[in-house]
Amino acid sequence: MKVKQISVFLENRKGRLYEVLNVLAAEQINIRALSIADTADFGILRLIVPDPDAAKRILEKGGFTVKENNVIAIEVPDRPGGLVSVLKALQDADINVEYLYAFVAKSHKDAIVVIRTENNDGALKALKKGEVKVLSSEELYSM
Amino acid sequence: MPIGELRALQRDRLRAVVKRAYDMVPYYRKSFADAKLRPEDIKSLDDIRRIPFITKTELRQGYPFGMFAVPMERIVETHTSSGTTGKPVVAGYTRNDIDLWSEVMARALSMAGATEKDIIQNCYGYGLFTGGLGVHYGGHRIGATVVPISAGNTKKQLEIMLDFQTTLITCTPSYSLYLAEVAEEEGVDLRKLSLKAGCFGAEMWTEKIREEIERRLNLLALNIYGLTEIIGPGVAHECPEKCGLHIFEDHFYPEIISPETLEVLPDGERGELVLTTLTREGMPMLRFRTRDITALRREPCSCGRTLVRMERITGRSDDMLKIRGVIVFPYQIEKAILEMKGIEPHYQIIVTREHHLDEVEVQVEMSKKLFSDEIRKIEELRRKIEKSIEEAIGLRAKVSLVEPKSLPRSEGKAKRVIDKRQLS
Repeated sequence: MKVKQISVFLENRKGRLYEVLNVLAAEQINIRALSIADTADFGILRLIVPDPDAAKRILEKGGFTVKENNVIAIEVPDRPGGLVSVLKALQDADINVEYLYAFVAKSHKDAIVVIRTENNDGALKALKKGEVKVLSSEELYSM
Repeated sequence: MPIGELRALQRDRLRAVVKRAYDMVPYYRKSFADAKLRPEDIKSLDDIRRIPFITKTELRQGYPFGMFAVPMERIVETHTSSGTTGKPVVAGYTRNDIDLWSEVMARALSMAGATEKDIIQNCYGYGLFTGGLGVHYGGHRIGATVVPISAGNTKKQLEIMLDFQTTLITCTPSYSLYLAEVAEEEGVDLRKLSLKAGCFGAEMWTEKIREEIERRLNLLALNIYGLTEIIGPGVAHECPEKCGLHIFEDHFYPEIISPETLEVLPDGERGELVLTTLTREGMPMLRFRTRDITALRREPCSCGRTLVRMERITGRSDDMLKIRGVIVFPYQIEKAILEMKGIEPHYQIIVTREHHLDEVEVQVEMSKKLFSDEIRKIEELRRKIEKSIEEAIGLRAKVSLVEPKSLPRSEGKAKRVIDKRQLS
């Protein structure tokens, strides 16, 4: 159960993030989760939105460089060590995590973590084995 | 024309033009006197080496009409250089000069396959710039249909290209790629139009850019060369063999010199191109230093023409950058960038000096194909470009990735280098 994520290339220039968000807002796109990875020169904005295809289209029309790829969204118990068991499952399967980010949904008692690995299929198998709750797109978007 | 006959023709024309220039233009009379030279001393083609060079600076001093070799009533047209670095150079043409220009431009367009059946969409600017009218006259001489649309207004260009079924286009290489970009946005497939060839010039470009143009526009992309001081476009043009530009040397006599020692270099060696107009009436040029870096090749061309060929221009002796003492031509950086697959040919080189040390930054546009959601992959790409540039120029340059379409696209000459060092 992979979930689509949208990534946007951000040049290190004043107001660029604002412009991306503005384009999405103008088209009534609601953002479920986001993270920004940044280096000294550029950043990558990663977004989870209910309609990734539409968001991609809108952003490309606005002149942004956009990429769609799959990530895994999981539920993590909101208590100390909650994430550790998840990472252990991946480590036991020898799967590298490229990045992850977490958010809390208002109608949900657990934390949601978005994970990107080199090998999503292998990661899904490992998470299933470790009895981690993986969320479907529908579950994620309806939160 | 057999080489022997050509040389004799060049020699006779040289002697005649030297005499005309000396008799009619005070500047030449003085420069010959300073060099203790009389026009009759120039007997053979080799004697040309005794004539002093002339540069843009001297031409500017003659602004506006000081270099004309005929009375004003015989001048029927003027053009000027862009004048970006000072007063422009004014070129004057007699009726015969316009005739000569039409002739060499007709030869140039014919090399691209133009006949009276072709529709030439001339996207070079009309006006004081020589590009527009040069192509115009050449097209007329052939009997082709010239569409004098001039530069800019890209959507209109596409509309005309579709509706008229244009077969030949003439513009700068960067503008042709801009056209392709706009066509893609508008959903027009340029590859399916009737375009068969294009004459691209007025700025430096590379083989990689040629491949890109040929792929995106599906046409034969040929290189045209010329300059206002000599006549405008039509000094040299590539034949479909694409192995250098044939110089119309029965009218324009080429030499290659070292920009440092000013010595004439042997064929095949790279240096600055110097041109002498053998037949111009309005404004004869004796040994004009073009600042363009190239090399001459005289091996026979498979197309059958005996005319000498010049290599694609690879730099300007005055845009030669000296970075931390190392000589760097922007084309070397361009080549390194374009060797990376998937990178758009849009870049900008910024040279700065911080704490007495030159720094080079090369801004390259991120492309959709190369973008990744992972920092690691983008950093790898950036380092790969840096390595490729370092291998090409022998210096470290910092590469920055910028957003697509964020670097300036010019509809004329693309500005590739910004030198922020205040050296003068």
